Amino acid sequence: MRSALALVAGTALFLGAAQAQELRVGFMATFTGPGANLGQHLRDGFLLGVDHLGGRLGGLETKLFIVDDQLKPDVARQEVDKLLEKEKVHFVVGVVFSNILLAIYKPVIESGAFLISANAGPSQIAGAQCSERFFSTSWQNDQTHSALGKYAQDKGFKRVFLLAPNYQAGRDGLTGFKRYFKGTVVDEVYTQLGAVDFSAEIAKIQAAKPDAVYAFMPGGPGIALVKQYAQAGLTRQIPLLSAFTVDDTSLPALGAAAEGLISASQWAADFDNPANQRFVADFRKKYGYVPSYFAAQAYDAAQFIDAGVKGVNGKLDDKAALRDSLRRAQFPSVKGKWKLNTNHIPINDFYYVTPGKLPDGTPAMVKGELVFADYGDEYAKDCPMRW
Amino acid sequence: MKSEYRATALDPALLVVQLLNGVQLGLLLFLVASGLTLVFGILDVINLAHGVVFMVGAYVAASTFLHSGSLLLAAAAAPIAAALLGLVLDRLVLRFLYERSHLDQVLATFGVVLFVDEAVRTLFGPAALPFPLPASLEWSLPLPGGTSYPAWRLVIIAGGLVLAAGLFGILHRTRAGMLVRAAANDARMLEMLGVDVRRLFLLVLGAGSALAGFAGALAGPIMAVQPGMGDNVLILAFVVIVTGGMGSVQGALLGALLVGLVDTLGRAFLTDLVRTLLPPAAANEVGPALASMAIYLLMAIVLLIRPQGLLSVRRAAR
Amino acid sequence: MSAVRTRGGHGLAPLLFVLIALAILSAELWAGPYYLKLLSRAMILALAALALDLVVGVAGLVSLGHAAFLGVGAYTVGILAEHGITSGWIQWPIALFASAAFALVIGALSLRTRGVHFIMITLAFAQMLYYAANSLSRYGGDDGLTIWNRSEFATFFSLADRSTFAWTCFVILLLSYLLLARVVASRFGRVLRGAKDNERRMEALGYPVARFRLVAFTLSGTLAGLAGVLLANLTEFVAPAYMSWHRSGELLAMVVLGGLGSLYGAIIGAFFFVLVEEALARITTHWALVFGPFLILLVLLGRGGLVGLLENLGRR
Repeated sequence: MRSALALVAGTALFLGAAQAQELRVGFMATFTGPGANLGQHLRDGFLLGVDHLGGRLGGLETKLFIVDDQLKPDVARQEVDKLLEKEKVHFVVGVVFSNILLAIYKPVIESGAFLISANAGPSQIAGAQCSERFFSTSWQNDQTHSALGKYAQDKGFKRVFLLAPNYQAGRDGLTGFKRYFKGTVVDEVYTQLGAVDFSAEIAKIQAAKPDAVYAFMPGGPGIALVKQYAQAGLTRQIPLLSAFTVDDTSLPALGAAAEGLISASQWAADFDNPANQRFVADFRKKYGYVPSYFAAQAYDAAQFIDAGVKGVNGKLDDKAALRDSLRRAQFPSVKGKWKLNTNHIPINDFYYVTPGKLPDGTPAMVKGELVFADYGDEYAKDCPMRW
Repeated sequence: MKSEYRATALDPALLVVQLLNGVQLGLLLFLVASGLTLVFGILDVINLAHGVVFMVGAYVAASTFLHSGSLLLAAAAAPIAAALLGLVLDRLVLRFLYERSHLDQVLATFGVVLFVDEAVRTLFGPAALPFPLPASLEWSLPLPGGTSYPAWRLVIIAGGLVLAAGLFGILHRTRAGMLVRAAANDARMLEMLGVDVRRLFLLVLGAGSALAGFAGALAGPIMAVQPGMGDNVLILAFVVIVTGGMGSVQGALLGALLVGLVDTLGRAFLTDLVRTLLPPAAANEVGPALASMAIYLLMAIVLLIRPQGLLSVRRAAR
Repeated sequence: MSAVRTRGGHGLAPLLFVLIALAILSAELWAGPYYLKLLSRAMILALAALALDLVVGVAGLVSLGHAAFLGVGAYTVGILAEHGITSGWIQWPIALFASAAFALVIGALSLRTRGVHFIMITLAFAQMLYYAANSLSRYGGDDGLTIWNRSEFATFFSLADRSTFAWTCFVILLLSYLLLARVVASRFGRVLRGAKDNERRMEALGYPVARFRLVAFTLSGTLAGLAGVLLANLTEFVAPAYMSWHRSGELLAMVVLGGLGSLYGAIIGAFFFVLVEEALARITTHWALVFGPFLILLVLLGRGGLVGLLENLGRR
């Protein structure tokens, strides 16, 4: 079985060599269905990154293939097979959702290509199943949750009510929160996937009277939750901390309902390093909306590939050299610093962020105090890679 | 880390609030389900496109409110636009499906769902539309036990009750309503008696769509107004009318209230209940899973005991 | 679309299988490995659609929950592989048994209802299984489960080889078609078709219609489970998304697209669906704007589905 795969990978390598002066990049994200908004942020960020590099990543003529995973694992697998075997890409980049990343992980790392996640960071890939063919420009899923757990702990909240969707990422998220929160968990409620009514949960919160609520509720349900939380008059009574719920993708729809709510991030639009200022200004000029961390991570992904390929002088066939070059790659990240952990996932500074205004008055998430400096994820120790 | 999971099931004040929540969800579902069940009962059409009518209602209400700042205007525009959409869909697609098999209807209207969802995404973008409430409705009614009830939820309950009463009034007190009920039993007989059944069909479709559009306007401020928002609601509405008995408006009301209550109470108390039987970690897995399945379990049980639903309409053979 | 009348023969089926075989051959020789996988996926969905056609097209029972059996088959492979049991000789029979058992129980309960209610109760059971799979956190829950080793058949053959995999799918699809064609042509099949038109008459003639239907439903669920086993091996991954109601709806669309009740129509429908999806998705992410109206037109104009269309052309 391995030999057959190696043979195919070898063929891809051989064909790759024949057209060595061209860099082929596949970009996969969700462009249809409920997650389409996030896919758009991710793609626009990446395209701006490529644009800023003159359309040539690593100084090579760059051919980009953009595909839609439709948030269906088997469709994602088919699309990635197409990227790997038909388009013979050197890099697969993007991916909003963890289940899609997991679905394409094995085929990509077993082929000759590198997989660069610009968002999803499931624990399996950060830990025991890490690979030298996988890199991330975002984070491990738990990190944002842990940062908020630490924030709750630092703020002295004693009793916290936890809320997340009833799926794996929800459970992992709450586990991440509890890692640094040492107070009492009043209740831990898991809601139905795609739920839009939270009246029952809000009544439970009111009855439990916690010091704070911690919610992980991405997408449409998150918007519904924040609106309903505000309508119940709770926003001013019980602080709502949340991850991937109140961010620059949902803020336009939330408006005033999100005022004063707290989240955590390794990036915000008001970071004042020059790379970020250029990124945010050009992004808003080109696409007409405020970028989110999705866009920022994808922008970094383009810079990261550029730096990695430059480090091997465009020689894409020596995979070991390319891997080493990616590990050493340095570029002006919009986060202000760039450092990889042993499992190829960035070590980030985490700030608490809250809805505010950019200098010109446009609503955006803005950074608050530093919560975690140089925070590497907890799963890296399970990853056998050493370098 | 300590955990103090409280047994909330015994708190009577909380129980009252949760019952109210269940009724409110039920009334919202009824507004969507009543149109669905009427169209099925009278036109014999399974109309999956009913969910996108709900979505378009929410979109029209949100855009109207954002541009005019008037909630009343938004509440009026949504059902009108929805009724128009319903009639346009009838002209373009549904009228060709009246005599076709249910399977054909499901597929063709599924095609409508694909198209309208994507058209809305193309026109408005994939991001959710803002739909804030005016400050005059940003308050909540304090209730004993530290809980409170948001004003907008009261509006939903009131709106749902008024429309339900109006609908039953029309169905049982007017000539048009009598004809609609008669058509639900035997449309062909009515046609032979010289009634313009086509016009009746249009009336039913327009009214049903208007109800769904109004439900979209009511749900807009509590949901995320985004493409595909009608899909989940449609599935719930189907569960409602199948449980209640397809074609029956009373059945839809009964089914909606049952589904609303079972869903809300399941989410509110099931996990606590399971915690009395299982260790907390296991209960946290089993409880939410059961709560998610609760309404489907309800529907399956009802269908196993009464295969035609709770209140079914007696119909002439077609 | 009215069902295509099967006049006992195989109609276009022999031609269809020859074409699929030629497609596999040409993918091996020229088009490249990606097309082998695309063909494999089409054949797997064709197998599921074929199984569904037995219930929908032949017996007239519209099931909107067949993706659940696909999921049961796929999850059996995934869960056994997670526990280190990778032998196909063990995995496949267990997967078939599991999907048969689920189909038997769900069928026995669902068949108490008729018409629209049958559609909804099969949907309800599929949703319950979907939520159950979502909360299987030991096996990845919503994230799904990577299958690190495909089913192994010792020294006989290896599914890791794309050609072998495609031909395996081909043989399984062909055998399943022959089996179902045989079933449909038998007395059993005649009773199913008869009961679709007039249930009471068949019962009056002394046929145990309910039991026949349950057997058909179970057989159909088992074959859908087999499709799930193949899908798990193709994608090396299982996730609850495999059993979402959207997938059930797509399977139904394939059956109707192809033409109800002809069995090979379902295969044509599945191929058509996969290829159109692939072609449209390549052109635009707004492919639903084209696919939606297309679906509507096909239902409104193309009575008898693609098979009906082809047969009409042939008659001219």
